[in-house]
Amino acid sequence: MAKMKVEEQRKQRTKMSGALMLIEALKAEKVEVIFGYPGGAVLPIYDKLYDSGLFHVLTRHEQGAIHAAEGYARISGKPGVVIATSGPGATNIVTGLTDAMMDSIPLVVFTGQVASNVIGSDAFQEADVLGITMPITKHSYQVRDIQELPKIIKEAFHIATTGRPGPVLIDIPKDMTTAEGEFDYEQDVHLPGYQPTVHPNHLQIRKLVEAVSQAKKPVILAGAGVLHANASHELRQYAEQQNIPVIHTLLGLGGFPANHPLFLGMAGMHGTYTANMALYECDLLINIGARFDDRVTGNLKYFAPNATVAHIDIDPAEIGKNVPTKIPIVSDAKEALKELIHQDGKRPDITAWLAQLAEWKTNYPLAYQNDAQTVKPQKLIEMIYELTNGEAVVTTDVGQHQMWTAQYYKFNRPHRWVTSGGLGTMGFGLPAAIGAQLADKHATVVSIVGDAGFQMTLQELSVIQELNLPIKVVIVNNQSLGMVRQWQEIFYDKRYSHSLVPNQPDFVKLAEAYNIKAFRAKTEEEAKEVLKQAFSLSEPVLLDFHVKADENVYPMVAPGKGLHEMVGVKPCDESLQ
Amino acid sequence: MTVNNRPGVLNRITGLFTKRHYNIESITVGHTEIEGISRMTFVVNVEDERTAEQITKQLNKQIDVLKVNDITDQAIVARELALIKVAVNSTVRQEIYTLIEPFRASVVDVSRDSLVVQVTGEPEKIEALIDLLKPYGIKEVARTGTTAFTRGAQKNAVSYKTPFII
Ligand SMILES: Cc1ncc(C[n+]2csc(CCOP(=O)(O)OP(=O)(O)O)c2C)c(N)n1
Ligand SMILES: [Mg+2]
Repeated sequence: MAKMKVEEQRKQRTKMSGALMLIEALKAEKVEVIFGYPGGAVLPIYDKLYDSGLFHVLTRHEQGAIHAAEGYARISGKPGVVIATSGPGATNIVTGLTDAMMDSIPLVVFTGQVASNVIGSDAFQEADVLGITMPITKHSYQVRDIQELPKIIKEAFHIATTGRPGPVLIDIPKDMTTAEGEFDYEQDVHLPGYQPTVHPNHLQIRKLVEAVSQAKKPVILAGAGVLHANASHELRQYAEQQNIPVIHTLLGLGGFPANHPLFLGMAGMHGTYTANMALYECDLLINIGARFDDRVTGNLKYFAPNATVAHIDIDPAEIGKNVPTKIPIVSDAKEALKELIHQDGKRPDITAWLAQLAEWKTNYPLAYQNDAQTVKPQKLIEMIYELTNGEAVVTTDVGQHQMWTAQYYKFNRPHRWVTSGGLGTMGFGLPAAIGAQLADKHATVVSIVGDAGFQMTLQELSVIQELNLPIKVVIVNNQSLGMVRQWQEIFYDKRYSHSLVPNQPDFVKLAEAYNIKAFRAKTEEEAKEVLKQAFSLSEPVLLDFHVKADENVYPMVAPGKGLHEMVGVKPCDESLQ
Repeated sequence: MTVNNRPGVLNRITGLFTKRHYNIESITVGHTEIEGISRMTFVVNVEDERTAEQITKQLNKQIDVLKVNDITDQAIVARELALIKVAVNSTVRQEIYTLIEPFRASVVDVSRDSLVVQVTGEPEKIEALIDLLKPYGIKEVARTGTTAFTRGAQKNAVSYKTPFII
């Protein structure tokens, strides 16, 4: 004991360079993996990294690094760590920062910067990274005094992971990485301007308990806040205790078991009929950790028109932002749910409501016309679901395949689903899978991507091969920017302006160039065969599925419409033909 | 509102207004009695209380923001300073001195063909003086924007009105 104390004090007094401080701080934070890309301004950091024992993944593009860090954070629940060099290295992470900001993903991002004495002179590889990233970070720092570096890193980890999580950026001028100072990482974080409210207000909880007891048609809309708070267990307990049906947002999927009788599916633009109609008809809407994004609400004029709205959110600014809210509860989702369970209020009598919901579920399930002569994308997702017993970690890119995956891969467990929701970032899916696999080495990871989005970050195949990550890359190849094509078909009179790409490369050959096994399938039979083969291999495999190219995602709420105005809800609906 | 006096903090705040599409009427920034903490006063035109609430909440989310106070409906001391350069000739010079007296404004610079009037007060008062001086020919106006805080003793709050001050 005594020896440790002395040792620690000695360490505290030792002077070390900024670069070494960074390494020591990352060790103190128990960082398991760093995603990054070196360059001039961060060379001193990379030099210290060299024999630090820390695990660093060299992605092939900084965008890949930051999306991988996002995927890692989603699955591990820990902050993703990124290092990029100044100038172009830093500007390459802008998309990822915005993505993480939108979807509340904890990241600590280090960018190199030119030396302090030339900042502002348009020096080689100088970019005003702080200025560029201010609106897309939860907080940011530029190191101006070496003595502040440990405190800054400590604060950054604290801010990124507490309250509503988000990306925090630390811009480090090159001279700060070589300057020496004392490393004291034991200090407490003291931020008077940052005190997230974690525990719910009792009065508001009472109000909600009362509202629930009176409700005839209550429904819970659960978002990713439930996942960030690790509150899946409590959500289920509460829903069962009060007998309230649950709807998920796109990002919330997995928070509540998809096979649970109280589950109504995903809400929003491509949500289920039952979920959207329930939101339209409900008289009490309990939002837990969702932010009433416009893709979820549709036209606000018709959103939950008859409902009393209660909203539990750790970010007070989300409450009342888009939807007037009668019962605001600023709180961590888990704390609020625990309190609600503890209150054990009177169960509402909702027999008629449940009957109505059951009828909708039976009459208007998700549906598509199968055609075994081709690969139907919906069928493909169902096959993957079955083959992986619904247990896989699934990442997607953005577009039609993303929506089909959200609809047809039934997530029964939390923290298995990684997708770009708020920003809708093409190029997200493949690098995110790298991070996800590193966060859960034993998981089966499937990256379901479109033929277009895949090409935005496909260089990361190289990392998958290098680390021999057994990721299964599934390309839903419709030779088009499918979602754009769908909108042009429906809203632009089939004028397919720059959305058809019949000359996509040979993805099988491409994978082979990266030394990755690859298969192609053009019929359902072939698809079944190659899937079986791929999932039996404990190495990376790329699968190129030539799916039916003109398939559309349904149901669909057209922009500007209310959720109740969705089209394509029944297999016999002509828009499905 | 009070903020940590850190590099970039003004940028953070004004950036937030841009991002959220709020128009700033005026800003003033200066040190407070506590070292390292600055006071910023914003005047913002908003349509309704909900927007005002949303701005307040978004500002509060900033780590460097310590306290946000919407003081629109409170008893406040609000002051602005304006410098007004007016064209004059010898015939109207005296007239202007008389004119500005009730405003407790003063002349702080005089030249052959112009003089500079300094006035402090609530923005309405400054507007009124500017209007009065317009016929003589205003050459330049420099205004600081409103700075404000709440009075020591609060009367009952008056009803909500725009613009709102934080
Ligand atoms: C970076 C980026 N650019 C453009 C878009 C707009 N966009 C949304 S979906 C889509 C088409 C995606 O095509 P693909 O990756 O093949 O997926 P599919 O819809 O065909 O399944 C486009 C261009 C986007 N979301 N992200
Ligand atoms: Mg496509």
